[in-house]
Amino acid sequence: MTEIFGIPVAVILGQLMLGLVNGAFYAMLSLGLAVIFGLMGVVNFAHGAFYALGSFAALVGVQQFGIGYWPALVLAPLAVGLLGMLIERLWLRRLYGLDPLYGLLLTFGVALLLEGILQQVFGASGQSYPVPDLLQGAVNLGFMFLPRYRAWVIVASLAVCFGTWFLIERTRLGARLRAARENAPLLQAFGVNVPLLLTMTYGGGVALAALAGVLAAPVILVSPQMGSSLVTVVFAVVVIGGMGSILGAIVSGLLLGLIEGLTKVVYPEASNIVVFVIMAFVLLVRPAGLFGRE
Amino acid sequence: MRTRTLLYCAAGLCAAAVPLTGIYPVFVMTLLCFAIFACSFNLLLGFGGMLSFGHAAFFGTAAYTTGWLVAAHHCGPGTAIAGGVLAAAALGLGVGGLAIRRQGIYLAMVTLALAQLVYFVCLEAPFTGGENGLQGVARGALFGVLPLQSDTVMYYLVLGLFAAVLVAIMRIVHSPFGQVLGAIRENESRAISLGYDVQRYKLLAFVLSAALAGLGGALKTLVLGFATLSDVSQSVSGEVILMTLLGGIGTFFGPVLGAGIVVTLQEYLSEVVGGWVTVVIGAIFVACVLAFRRGIVGTMLRARRVRSSQ
Amino acid sequence: MNKGKKALVALLAAVAMAGSRAAPAAEPDVVIGDIDDLSGNYADVMGAGGVEAIKMAVADFGGTVLGRRISVLVTDHQNKPDVGASKFREWSDQSGLNMLIGGSNSGVSIAMAKVAAAKKVPFFSIGAGGSSLTNEDCTAYTVHYVYDTTALANGTATQIVADGGKTWFYLTADYAFGTQLQNAAAKVVEAHGGKNLGAVRAPLGAADFSSFLLQAQASGAKVLGLANAGGDFSNALKSANEFGITKTMQPAALLAFITNIHGLGLQTAQGLYLTTAWYWDTDDATRAFAKRYFAKMHAEPTMDQAGAYSATLNYLAAVTAVATTDADKVMTQLKHTKIDDMFTQGGYIRADGVMVHKMFVMRVKTPQESKYPWDYYKLVKVIGGEEAFGPITGACPIAPK
Repeated sequence: MTEIFGIPVAVILGQLMLGLVNGAFYAMLSLGLAVIFGLMGVVNFAHGAFYALGSFAALVGVQQFGIGYWPALVLAPLAVGLLGMLIERLWLRRLYGLDPLYGLLLTFGVALLLEGILQQVFGASGQSYPVPDLLQGAVNLGFMFLPRYRAWVIVASLAVCFGTWFLIERTRLGARLRAARENAPLLQAFGVNVPLLLTMTYGGGVALAALAGVLAAPVILVSPQMGSSLVTVVFAVVVIGGMGSILGAIVSGLLLGLIEGLTKVVYPEASNIVVFVIMAFVLLVRPAGLFGRE
Repeated sequence: MRTRTLLYCAAGLCAAAVPLTGIYPVFVMTLLCFAIFACSFNLLLGFGGMLSFGHAAFFGTAAYTTGWLVAAHHCGPGTAIAGGVLAAAALGLGVGGLAIRRQGIYLAMVTLALAQLVYFVCLEAPFTGGENGLQGVARGALFGVLPLQSDTVMYYLVLGLFAAVLVAIMRIVHSPFGQVLGAIRENESRAISLGYDVQRYKLLAFVLSAALAGLGGALKTLVLGFATLSDVSQSVSGEVILMTLLGGIGTFFGPVLGAGIVVTLQEYLSEVVGGWVTVVIGAIFVACVLAFRRGIVGTMLRARRVRSSQ
Repeated sequence: MNKGKKALVALLAAVAMAGSRAAPAAEPDVVIGDIDDLSGNYADVMGAGGVEAIKMAVADFGGTVLGRRISVLVTDHQNKPDVGASKFREWSDQSGLNMLIGGSNSGVSIAMAKVAAAKKVPFFSIGAGGSSLTNEDCTAYTVHYVYDTTALANGTATQIVADGGKTWFYLTADYAFGTQLQNAAAKVVEAHGGKNLGAVRAPLGAADFSSFLLQAQASGAKVLGLANAGGDFSNALKSANEFGITKTMQPAALLAFITNIHGLGLQTAQGLYLTTAWYWDTDDATRAFAKRYFAKMHAEPTMDQAGAYSATLNYLAAVTAVATTDADKVMTQLKHTKIDDMFTQGGYIRADGVMVHKMFVMRVKTPQESKYPWDYYKLVKVIGGEEAFGPITGACPIAPK
């Protein structure tokens, strides 16, 4: 067996593959965060909670309503997105004129609320969500067995990420969203309904989180705390990528997933903190982030 | 003026009388430790204008250091507390140094991520006991003379230190340093143009806040006899924000009141409503941010100002 | 200033009301406390079901002992040692606590054991596995009632090695319980001629085990020793299936409860060996208890919940026998009585605190073998108490070899 620095190549490739899967999740979640922050200036602390909510929506869908995985991919983000829009309209909107810190605190409180309710309703232990029939089984890559489902996750996330990037950077709607960030009153004067645009942006970002949740449900146990452990890492990813940059979020997410995977092979205890160490380093050398514009 | 002094005396007497009533002194001591913690956070946010989202890192680091000094090195409580405060201050220097390179929300994000780093270090480090934490920390005898095993004696020590912290914060805020800090909070560019080295002031504020938070943590370890991962956790960081918000950011007694309410709620609510405590706390948080941003003391002070101006 | 004064007085009053307790009545209640994980990783294993079991025991005993009413206090330790220890201390200082049960989570139980020694309150540790509770962390007041990591290893690991699983690699939960379980299993494996090829430590509550499992697979071991419990165990097993690891490695469920099997489903869990102290479908007595329990909780009781019921009854019996709640007298009585009830027969409490009793090695049935709901286990072997829990090691100061 060929080895690099004493570690079998198969092991390295296997961990990199898994790292790519994790990176895909990081990319999707940081994308949602970057969309909301880049276009609204709001740091959405509740992102992890909406991710968990998406998973639970899929779970409830299959347990109570017989809604399978494929419809859930569309319905769960829709439902959670609507909830997000409601929260934006009723609560978040009141804080726009104030110090952005309050928006962050509000979303922090919303996260506590949502996770607390999920915990009370569903209990703290995780529940399993079945892998869809079409994606069962694994592919033998030679160095490891890659479950088909995880391959699907990579493909789906990349597609969604690219689609979102395209929407924001290359279409008229995206242009309007970016204009709203730069000069909302002017845009309003042009006849664009800016408040509605903002509401939909929040809903959209949150729906992205929920979609990540549905994608994650067959992979990890669905539990109320699944988002809170993930969200800190995702924030670090967004800081590394540059807080308003969509492309930065996607690229950093994927990169960091890979780096984390590599660390698990070389120095497993550090795999939890490697993202934060990199973030500290980036802050020292290039505070705006790798793709940041400020 | 005289009413205020009278009020302070009354409060002081009530506080001193606590061990004589039937109130559980350990509960009040825990409350005071968290009140110190909340005051330190308020120093940074309310007076310094910087939101630290990972303040538990300082609280917990001191808690662990103190516990370790007593358990592994058999230090007396005085040395152990001093050690804990120093450790927290050193961490404050490190975290602050990185955090102040950014502002506003970015600063908050940085503190959050660095706190997470501290959490994982505490989890893995050999001397912290990982998930079990450091247990069985003895209170010892203060300066080798005064045994602290009795809850009553310990209570007066904690009360004394708490009062010292309040006085210290008042002096800091009213000092020239505090004035400049306030100016930086209000308008940083103007402060720079006036020639102040704003980064040094902000860093010093960070270190002071971290040290005081550390005092709270060190005392807590001695009061309860253990230091665990909860002390460096995200939830404690969140709780201290709630305490300060609820009590009143930028006031002196707000954080104390907020700490009192949150600690009492958690103690008694969990018996009544069990797991719904997190939901209740989240709801209070949301309500405060939406409609009650001045907090209790802040609202009261504003009402008094409005009345006296009429 | 008026408002300020009012607020201050209000706060002081609130603190006073909150902190003070009612004056003790003429005949104080006998207070049994349950501090356990009511909402987290181990909530299904003991949790609310454990509380129910304790209350059933109190009711079956008649609700009073020595002419005093029995009251039950409950709180959630949320898997935090500080919460558990603080509550225990507070109850013994303020609420006249006479006995404490519970503590799923070895870290919390170790912290609570220290309080038990300081406050001299009998502590029945039911949910936690860590053997250190009766070794380095032992106290004169701790009773380790249902199972511990030594018994689990002696049961399951021995069985698997005997079956041919000679080479082991461990996936361990990175805290006291996981480490102790891994060490116990490793000792057993070596003692029976097997080899330990290595271990990987996963954080408690890890979201994704795939990378750890790949490392396990790379080791080439025949057995995957799962030194974890609760959600971690279920998650790891699921992942192992997904990645085809169970094709080349046999999973060893070093700690699994019937609620885990119920959650995983027989399709995933079939064929697993596990060690348990009690199974609801063993005999008429266990079935009778299980039926009453099921009516209230809509799930079959785990060994922990049955153990809580038994521990409560035996404690109350001991109190009656010595006609006092004095901790030292009750503990002496407990260590001289045989435990013979629905939970186990021929059990006894040893000097180091272990309640020595027989253990069952079970195999999880296939979906075809299971004939009715919760019919999950078939008995492989019964192990005697001394064999399961091993001899006194001498690590406990009050129980020399």
